[in-house]
Amino acid sequence: MADATRARERATAHVVTAHRWRWVEAAPWLVATGAFFLLPDYMTLGTQIVITVMFALSLDLILGFAGIITLGHAAYFGVGAYACGMLSAHLGWTEPVSALFAATLVAAFVGWLSGLVLMRYHGLTLLMLTLSVAILLQQLANTYSDFTGGFDGLTGIYFDPVFGVFEYDLWSHTHYWYALAWLAVVFVVARRIVYSPFGRSLVGIRENALRMHAVGAPVFRRQVAVYTVSAGIAGLSGALFAQANTFVTLDVLGFTRSGIIMIILILGGTGRLYGAFVGAIVYMVLEDELSKLTPEFWEFGVGLALVLVVLFARNGILGLLDRARSLLAERGR
Amino acid sequence: MRTDSPPADRVLSLDGVYAGYGRTVVLEDVSLELASGRSASVIGRNGMGKTTLLSTIMGFTRLHDGRVAVCGTDVSNARTWRRVRAGVGLVPQEREIFTSLTVQENLAVARRTGEWDVERIYELFPRLYERRSNLGNRLSGGEQQMLAIGRALVGNPRVLLMDEPTEGLAPVIVDELQVTFARLRDEAGMTILLVEQNSRVALAFAERCIVMSGGRIAYDGDSATLRKDRDRLDRLIGVDAG
Repeated sequence: MADATRARERATAHVVTAHRWRWVEAAPWLVATGAFFLLPDYMTLGTQIVITVMFALSLDLILGFAGIITLGHAAYFGVGAYACGMLSAHLGWTEPVSALFAATLVAAFVGWLSGLVLMRYHGLTLLMLTLSVAILLQQLANTYSDFTGGFDGLTGIYFDPVFGVFEYDLWSHTHYWYALAWLAVVFVVARRIVYSPFGRSLVGIRENALRMHAVGAPVFRRQVAVYTVSAGIAGLSGALFAQANTFVTLDVLGFTRSGIIMIILILGGTGRLYGAFVGAIVYMVLEDELSKLTPEFWEFGVGLALVLVVLFARNGILGLLDRARSLLAERGR
Repeated sequence: MRTDSPPADRVLSLDGVYAGYGRTVVLEDVSLELASGRSASVIGRNGMGKTTLLSTIMGFTRLHDGRVAVCGTDVSNARTWRRVRAGVGLVPQEREIFTSLTVQENLAVARRTGEWDVERIYELFPRLYERRSNLGNRLSGGEQQMLAIGRALVGNPRVLLMDEPTEGLAPVIVDELQVTFARLRDEAGMTILLVEQNSRVALAFAERCIVMSGGRIAYDGDSATLRKDRDRLDRLIGVDAG
């Protein structure tokens, strides 16, 4: 009996300590803080990277963990961007934090609504339908140009200082910290989700949906749930984009954006959370540096990097690092 | 899901079931009932419909006619996960452990409130506790089978379906699992429907034995009768019962 009690205590302790934060997880945040002090003139790029990390994180939740493939994730980024921009431009809603919340809810709602249909399909059909949703929204935004600005883009976006205190500056310092703070919140939420029984069941769904049915998991509902959360986070990143740029164009809903975010995630490594950080930094720094070096052919360099990753690092840059670490550990034995 | 007859003490009830894959009918006119706490073994040659029987209870096949009820709830048209929540649990033939998840996580994703929790599974299978941080693909065949059983149990089923759980395992592990099955049946009062190729294991496990032949139930009665009448057993399953 005492043994049984001890076994229960040990098991409970294991549940508590599993997925505990590790010191190495401080690295991206230290890099982000260090970048601010070492590269203060690059904070406009830094802000865009932070926003892209958040967007990639939202894709990782569905693609990396739940195995939901999509070519139209920009739909929710765009909905968030337009919702936030239109709140300011048309309704005069200039309080930034509440506008972000509102835009997130709108994107999550659109994600939930489309997820109810999309999550009934798989494979190529799903791929085409996700693409269709994004194209449909883009055309809607183009058609209702009185509200969205159409092809010319949405202008007249203005937001008050954050909490009425932190004024925006020309070097995007405020936007950087503001976006980074939101990224930290989103990351903690995403981390909690993926390591919860719900999140683990998403991995089970990715691996074997039929088996998840057979252990009593309502697969469709869970897919819709994570799709909704993912759309909300994508919308939040889109809203941050709108606030940082004070300008929204149709390309926020475009296929290119959906494709690039997938490339970023594949570069970094899917199903790892931190792959979004690595992929976004590598891609955007590469894009920035290569476009300075050769404005006409920078895409060639990015394409080459992707080809190399796909050929030699199937699990992305983080996967490659994992493999190197395993090899080193084996040699050390 | 309707909740009229059959009575709730019958944890599993199949009535005139015709089922199969697509248009192909594999099970024909299958009727059986299992009362709470009463287990049964299902034997038969390969391709006689044993696994299809379990798949039909789980909702993996197409039900052409008849009725399937779990704990008095008609689940004939219910999705698989609803059947599981109605009280049925499956240990699949291929084990189908989630290889990207640890042992602990494999159990956590299937857990539902009830007397079987993760800690109790570790008490039943102490080896799983030792391997709790291992990924599903870092387990031996026996450990994977223990995990498959544990994963079904943490769903707190009223009836446990086991599809050839001893297949491909070393004799010592088979013996170990047989002891566990007996503990589940006798100490935990679990209702078990055991599909087993090994007729020696099957006939020893339950007082009741069901023999499947050509998608129909060819025999439904005492295991002891079949054990004594070897000629009849040979005729029914076509092999030496050993």
